Amino acid sequence: MNRWDLFIETFFRPDLIEKYWPDIAGGVVVTVQVAVLVVLTGIALGLLLAMIRSYSLRGVNLVLVVFVDVMRSLPPLVLILLFYFGLPSVGILLPSFAVLWLVLSLVLAAFAEEIFWAGILSIRKGQWEAARSTGLSFSQTLTFVIVPQAVRMTVAPLTNRTIAITKNTALGTVIGVSEILNQATTAQSFSGSATPLMMGGIAYIVLFIPIVIAGRWIETRFAWRRA
Amino acid sequence: MNQTTDILVARGLRKSFGELEVLKGIDFSLRQGELVFVIGPSGSGKSTMLRCFNRLEEPTEGSVTIDGVNLMAPGVDINSMRRQIGMVFQQFNLYPHLSVSRNITLALRKVLKRSASQAEETAREMLEMVGLEEKADAYPGELSGGQQQRVAIARAVALEPKVMLFDEPTSALDPELVGSVLQVMRKLRDSGMTMVVVSHEMRFAREAAGRIVFMSDGEIIEEGTPDQIFENPSHRRTREFVAEISR
Amino acid sequence: MDLIVENFFNIEIMRQAFPLLLRGLGTSALLCLAVIPLGLIGGLVVALMARTHIRVLRFTVIALIDFFRAVPPLVLLIFIYSGLPFAGIQLSPFVAVCLGFLLNNSAYYAEIYRAGIESIGAGQMEAARSTGLNPLQSMIYVILPQATRNVLPDLLSNTVEVVKLTSIASVVALPELLYSADMARSISYNSSPIVLAAGIYLLILWPSVRLLSRLEHRVGH
Repeated sequence: MNRWDLFIETFFRPDLIEKYWPDIAGGVVVTVQVAVLVVLTGIALGLLLAMIRSYSLRGVNLVLVVFVDVMRSLPPLVLILLFYFGLPSVGILLPSFAVLWLVLSLVLAAFAEEIFWAGILSIRKGQWEAARSTGLSFSQTLTFVIVPQAVRMTVAPLTNRTIAITKNTALGTVIGVSEILNQATTAQSFSGSATPLMMGGIAYIVLFIPIVIAGRWIETRFAWRRA
Repeated sequence: MNQTTDILVARGLRKSFGELEVLKGIDFSLRQGELVFVIGPSGSGKSTMLRCFNRLEEPTEGSVTIDGVNLMAPGVDINSMRRQIGMVFQQFNLYPHLSVSRNITLALRKVLKRSASQAEETAREMLEMVGLEEKADAYPGELSGGQQQRVAIARAVALEPKVMLFDEPTSALDPELVGSVLQVMRKLRDSGMTMVVVSHEMRFAREAAGRIVFMSDGEIIEEGTPDQIFENPSHRRTREFVAEISR
Repeated sequence: MDLIVENFFNIEIMRQAFPLLLRGLGTSALLCLAVIPLGLIGGLVVALMARTHIRVLRFTVIALIDFFRAVPPLVLLIFIYSGLPFAGIQLSPFVAVCLGFLLNNSAYYAEIYRAGIESIGAGQMEAARSTGLNPLQSMIYVILPQATRNVLPDLLSNTVEVVKLTSIASVVALPELLYSADMARSISYNSSPIVLAAGIYLLILWPSVRLLSRLEHRVGH
C-alpha cells in the first residue's frame, strides 16, 4: 500500500463514510440549532443589558458589570461543567442541550453588552441633545436615535465575537450534547478509524467557512464608521 | 412690563461647572414675535444660557419660565415643554441613520403622537418652507452643511414651538452656504416666530434683529436696538467688542 | 441556601482539592508560557506572509487563516490528539495542545497584526524606504512598532482568550487546572472544586478584562 492509499484508508474510508454520514448530519442539525439559538438569545440579551446600563442606575450597573466581567473572564468550559454537574445538586435538572445553550448565551450576552455599550458611548452628545430638545424622552431617544446608530457601529466586532462563541458549540461534546464533534468521536471509537473525525472536521469547515468569509466582508463593509 | 406677552422669562440664572461660574445671574425676557440676537466674545456664556433655556444644561440657580410655565418646577413635564422650545445646533445634529423626512417625523410621531400620514404631510410642508422638498428621501450624509442645517430648522419648526433657539447656526458652515440658512431664518421671523439667536453674523444681526444683547464673562452687559449697540454702545466692553468685530 | 453553600462553596472540599488544583495551575501556567509566545510569533510570521507579492502564497495563507478560524479549537485538538495516531503520528497531550494552539492562535493573532499593519499609512513605508532601509528593515523598525502599539488592546484581548482556551486541554487528559478540578469534582461528588477553579481563573483574568473594557470604551472618542 502506498502513502496515498494509506491516507485514504485512514481518513476517507468509503464504507465508513457511507455508514456514518447520517450520524454526522444529525450532529450538524444539532450544532446549527444550538448556534442559532445562542446567537438570537445572546445578542438580544446583550443589547437589553447595554440599554439597561444606559440608565446609570448605580446598584443595577454594579451587578451588571460584575456579571459581564465574570462571563468574560471564565473559560466557557468551566461554566458548562459548573452548570451541568452543579445545578442538579440544588434541584435544577437541565438537559445538556439546555446547559450548552444557556452558558453560551450568557457568554455571548456579556461580550455583546460590552460591544453595544462601547457603541452607545461613541455616539456624539449632540445626538442626545438634538433628540431631547425635540421633546423625546430618555427612553425614546435611546431606542429611536442612539441604539440604531450604535448597532451599526458594532456590526464588525460583534460578528467576529459571535463567530468565535458559536464555535464553542463543540464544547457540548464534553457533557454529551449530540452535536457534530460528539457524533464524530462516538463513531470514531466504534469504528476504530479516524474517518469519522475527518468527516466531523469537514462538516465544521462547510458550516463555518462561509460565516468566516461573510464576517470578513462585513468587516470591510462597515469599517467606515469606526474611523 | 406686560407679563402676558413675555413668552420666555429667565430670572437670576446661574450655572457653574465645578469651580467655574459660567453664568453669573442672568435676567432675560423675550416678547412674543421678537428676534433677539445674543453677541459677545467666545466663552462669555452665550451658548450655556441658551442651553439653560430648555434645560439641556441644568441651571445651578434661578428660574426659566416659558409661556407662564416654570421649567424648574418639580413635576413639570420637561419633554412636553422642550417640544415647545425649538433648538438649532451649530453641528446640525441630524440623525444620520434616518432619512430627512424621518428626521422630521420622529418627534411628531413619538411626542405629539401624530399618525404617520399626518407627520409626513407636516414634514413635506416644512421641507417646502426651507426649500428642500426634493430631499425628503435623502440621508443627512448626502446633504451639504447648509442643507443639513435647513433640515434641522425644519425638524424643530415642525413641532410648532413657541420659541426657537439658535446656537451659532452658521458657524460650522462654509461661507457660501451661510446665505441659504439666513434666508430661512429671515422667513421664519417674517412669519412671526419668536427667536433667540447666538451668532457672529453681525450683518444679519443689524438687519434682522429687534434687539441685541451683549454678554461678557457670564453676564448681560448691555442690551438695545441694533443701532444703539453697534453705533452708540454705552459700556466700555461693548465698545471694545464692537470695534474688534467691525475691523 | 445551605444547599448552595454545601454544593458550591464547601470549604472543606475546597481545602482538600487545593493542592491538586495548584498542581493543575502550574501545568496551565506552563501551557500558557508555551502557547502564547508560539501564537504571537506564529501570527506575526503568518501576517507578514499574507502581505507577500507572490499571489499564490498570499492566497494560500489567507485561505489557511480562514480555515483555522472556521474550525473550533476543540475539534482541531481532538483531531490532532486522537486522529493523527491512526496515521502513525503519536503526540503527547502537551505537544498536541501546543500544535493545535499554534495553528489556531496564529490565525487569530495574524488577523490582529494585519489590521495593525494596515492602520499605518503608506507614507511611513515610503519614508523608511527613501532613507535606504530595505522592505524587511522598514517593516521591523518602522511599521511594526507602530502597528503593534495600535492593536495592543486586541492582542491583550486575544491573549485572554488563549488563556481561557487552555481549559480545553482537559478534554485530552492534560492535567491542567480545569482537569484537576473536574477530577476532584468526580471524586468528591461536589462542584466546589470547579467553583474554586473558576475563582482562580477570575483572579488571574479579571484585571485584564477590566483593563480591556476601559480601553474599549475609550475607542469612540
